[in-house]
Amino acid sequence: MDYKTSIFVVCYILFAPLIGGLLQGIDRKISARMQRRVGPPLLQPFYDVIKLFKKQVIAVTPSQGFLLLTYFVLMVLTGAMFFAGSDILLCFFVLSTAATFLYFAAVVSSSPYATVGSMRELIQMLAYEPAVLLTCVGFYLAEGTFNVDEIVRSDTSAIRYLPGFFVAFVFILTIKMRKSPFDTSTSHHMHQEIVKGITTEMGAQNLALFQITEWYETVFLMGVVGLFVINSNPISIVVAIAVVLAVYFLEILIDNSSARVKWNLMVKSSWLVTIFAAGVNLLVLMLVYKR
Amino acid sequence: MGIFVGKNNMEVKTMIIPFLILFPFIVAVLMFAIRVNKIRNGVAYLSAAIIIGVDIYLAVSWIMGGCEILSLYVDTALANHVILAAEIVLAIAVTILCFIHRKYWISILAIAPTALMAYLELYGPVEEGVAHITVDRLSILMCLIVGIIGGLIIVYAVGYMHGYHHHHTDIPDRRYYFFSILFLFLGAMFGFVLSDNLLWIDFFWELTSVCSFLLIGYTKEQVAVTNSFRALWMNLLGGCALAIGIFYCAYNAHTTSLHSLVEAGVIGEKAAIIPVALIAFAALTKAAQLPFSTWLIGAMVAPTPSSALLHSATMVKAGIYILFRLSPAMSGTLTGDMIALIGGFTFFATSVIAIAQSDGKKVLAFSTISNLGLMVACAGVGRPETIWAGVFLMIFHAISKSLLFQDVGATENSLHSRDIEDMHGLLYLLPKLAIFMFIGIAGMFLAPFGMLIAKWSALKAAVDSSNIILVLFICFGSATTAFYWTKWMGKIISHSHMTGEPFKDITKKNEMISLVVHAVLMILLCLLFPVLTKVYVGPLLTEMFGYSTDVLPTNILIMLVIIILLVFAVPFLAYIYNKNVKTNVKLSYMNGINVGDNKAFIDSFGDEKKLWLSNYYFHILIGQRKLMAPVRLIATALLIVMMIMIIGGAM
Repeated sequence: MDYKTSIFVVCYILFAPLIGGLLQGIDRKISARMQRRVGPPLLQPFYDVIKLFKKQVIAVTPSQGFLLLTYFVLMVLTGAMFFAGSDILLCFFVLSTAATFLYFAAVVSSSPYATVGSMRELIQMLAYEPAVLLTCVGFYLAEGTFNVDEIVRSDTSAIRYLPGFFVAFVFILTIKMRKSPFDTSTSHHMHQEIVKGITTEMGAQNLALFQITEWYETVFLMGVVGLFVINSNPISIVVAIAVVLAVYFLEILIDNSSARVKWNLMVKSSWLVTIFAAGVNLLVLMLVYKR
Repeated sequence: MGIFVGKNNMEVKTMIIPFLILFPFIVAVLMFAIRVNKIRNGVAYLSAAIIIGVDIYLAVSWIMGGCEILSLYVDTALANHVILAAEIVLAIAVTILCFIHRKYWISILAIAPTALMAYLELYGPVEEGVAHITVDRLSILMCLIVGIIGGLIIVYAVGYMHGYHHHHTDIPDRRYYFFSILFLFLGAMFGFVLSDNLLWIDFFWELTSVCSFLLIGYTKEQVAVTNSFRALWMNLLGGCALAIGIFYCAYNAHTTSLHSLVEAGVIGEKAAIIPVALIAFAALTKAAQLPFSTWLIGAMVAPTPSSALLHSATMVKAGIYILFRLSPAMSGTLTGDMIALIGGFTFFATSVIAIAQSDGKKVLAFSTISNLGLMVACAGVGRPETIWAGVFLMIFHAISKSLLFQDVGATENSLHSRDIEDMHGLLYLLPKLAIFMFIGIAGMFLAPFGMLIAKWSALKAAVDSSNIILVLFICFGSATTAFYWTKWMGKIISHSHMTGEPFKDITKKNEMISLVVHAVLMILLCLLFPVLTKVYVGPLLTEMFGYSTDVLPTNILIMLVIIILLVFAVPFLAYIYNKNVKTNVKLSYMNGINVGDNKAFIDSFGDEKKLWLSNYYFHILIGQRKLMAPVRLIATALLIVMMIMIIGGAM
């Protein structure tokens, strides 16, 4: 690892939570405006997390803490690997291992609402996993490598070859970020059928940890969105940031303009989109642009 | 180390290999003869230890001797006749059993291939100077799997069967018969993986088919008999294909050596196409691929050690082994496409059905079929990368499946149920067994265990060979596989909602020994796997394909080591750190007042409602009843169409 990649990794570890928290602040602000509310201050997510850290730790079972901590570390590892320019498929493998630990942290409590939420989280994983793996395959076909550092050094943006993969990835991003209409495993409002779903039994430090992990995850996922655009031309970085912001805005828009669907519609629609957008794109890539 | 080198090495081998094949047969006879349980158990332990010991000695001495490919036993007229006689006896025995149980037509499937083989042996073209046994890296690897895992299963079985007959008093105690078959099975497997002569391979093939048939029917209950005959006809059908393939090969490709056949296939000789296709078809039946998967599901009625043996060390691995052998010849051909397609389809379809199962052994059975599907697909693509992936899938699968079957069996003895729903909170009910189960499941799909990196390699190779449909199957199949394993793991660690008497762990000491060894092997393998790929599996590929490829690039290797260390270390360190965090333990939120604990709450009528948590199964949507028939139909149609295309194209 040369010093340049180390800088990237250190930057990710230090700044990802800041960017992620800020994005969430923007999210809450824009969502509020869409609902004709004033909304919380931009930095509210940070205030919340700081407050959570100050509270005494309350949990149904103490083992939840270490499972969440593992989830956190593996998520940071995922992002660190990604920004170190490593193999993107491995990144997603570690990500799914991290997600498994989140599932464990929720079910270990044996709380009814957390269990229902975590079962639904598993279904969400079932819904997005194929598209995620296919996205990696797409990058490999377009750029001839799984390595992120080589993908960003290519002459053209990957999206030129991968429009279908991009559509599928943005589609499952809604599931991955647990946004409406696919927020089946958790909800923003306590007074709904599964209370807070997967996070029901998480409090204080544990909830704060979950929150920070989500920020890391958001930055990593947005990084993947950016990867579709970035190429050896420096201008592409600006374009990538613009695309990332546009996608993020799109997610907020979808979140605020749709109602939660049932799990079977979620799996069906995401798999269909995966097959028709990514699958057809894959077919074209393999048959037409065969490398 | 002197005795390992040079000519001595050769002599050692010529002594050890027949011993390894014949010794289990002798023990099988002993097992049948000794009717005093204690003495028989003692002999079984000793023999298992000898098999493991000799097996490891063979592997170590061969590796120390420089891993040279050995071709042994050129002149074997006597052995040939003995094998022919044994094969005829086998066919007669099967025929008698078929007539007793009025399954007359199945006997045809036993008689026909035997007649073909007998004709070939007595009147067929004589081939001079061909070795009958070949020792190379793949066969040594298979020997290690068969010997070590199989030996451990026998150690486990001694304790398990004792408890089994203690609980199932309605089933006649025929342990002498059971152990006899177990040893016979091991001998047949050793013979199978070491033979190069196709006639010998055919005999050991039929022997494994019959052994599994006898094991499945052990309890003599109606369902066991039905299932055993289903297993028999499917495997004998494969045996027929194998026999016809060999017969065709002997007359048209002018060889009865597996290596020569593969070589002919690699250079694209037309005469090799049909035998390769037929043998590959036979392998599909043995590896329980769709549409033949039902025999392995039905095999669950047998006592657990036989399931463990069928699923991990023997039987299904025989199918995979032969496909690996054939893979260089299948690469890029229509046969390869067929095998890859069937394998990929099986991987995905059976993993979907596995989601709907709540019976622990059934989940294991479907996951075996599914995982075998991935290995079969790897063999079908037939590139060094996929065989690399396939070999690791096989090793990891053998250990973790054996571990899981034994563990579920032991859990069933203590818990009186093998339903996953009843394993809620197993970590607190039967902690030791739960931890083994956790390790086994983690080995099946979680990073950093080799399963995942093998999947990485399989996916990459599928993309490289432009096999679009296989890429899709792998992507979707990975998602469904993770689903059923993760929800099982979640069940184990959830806090118990059980009320009433705690369960007692009645696992016997020898069962524990086997479980511990398996778990240790699993973790060791995970840690040593980068080393293993460099020193053993890499050269294995060179041996097979004639050229070497760097399957694991250095940057991936480094990443992998980091992941391995972190995934083991992080939960451990987090656990230690978290122990010092003061946690205020409170009751869970139930939308009603808890009744003092997390097991019940007061509802709006003031009544006490018990809490009962269960997983999602969607059995109405994707259950075995609903999906099995259509997927078998699809697979059958695929298989028939492609076989016709292959054979028609080669005529």
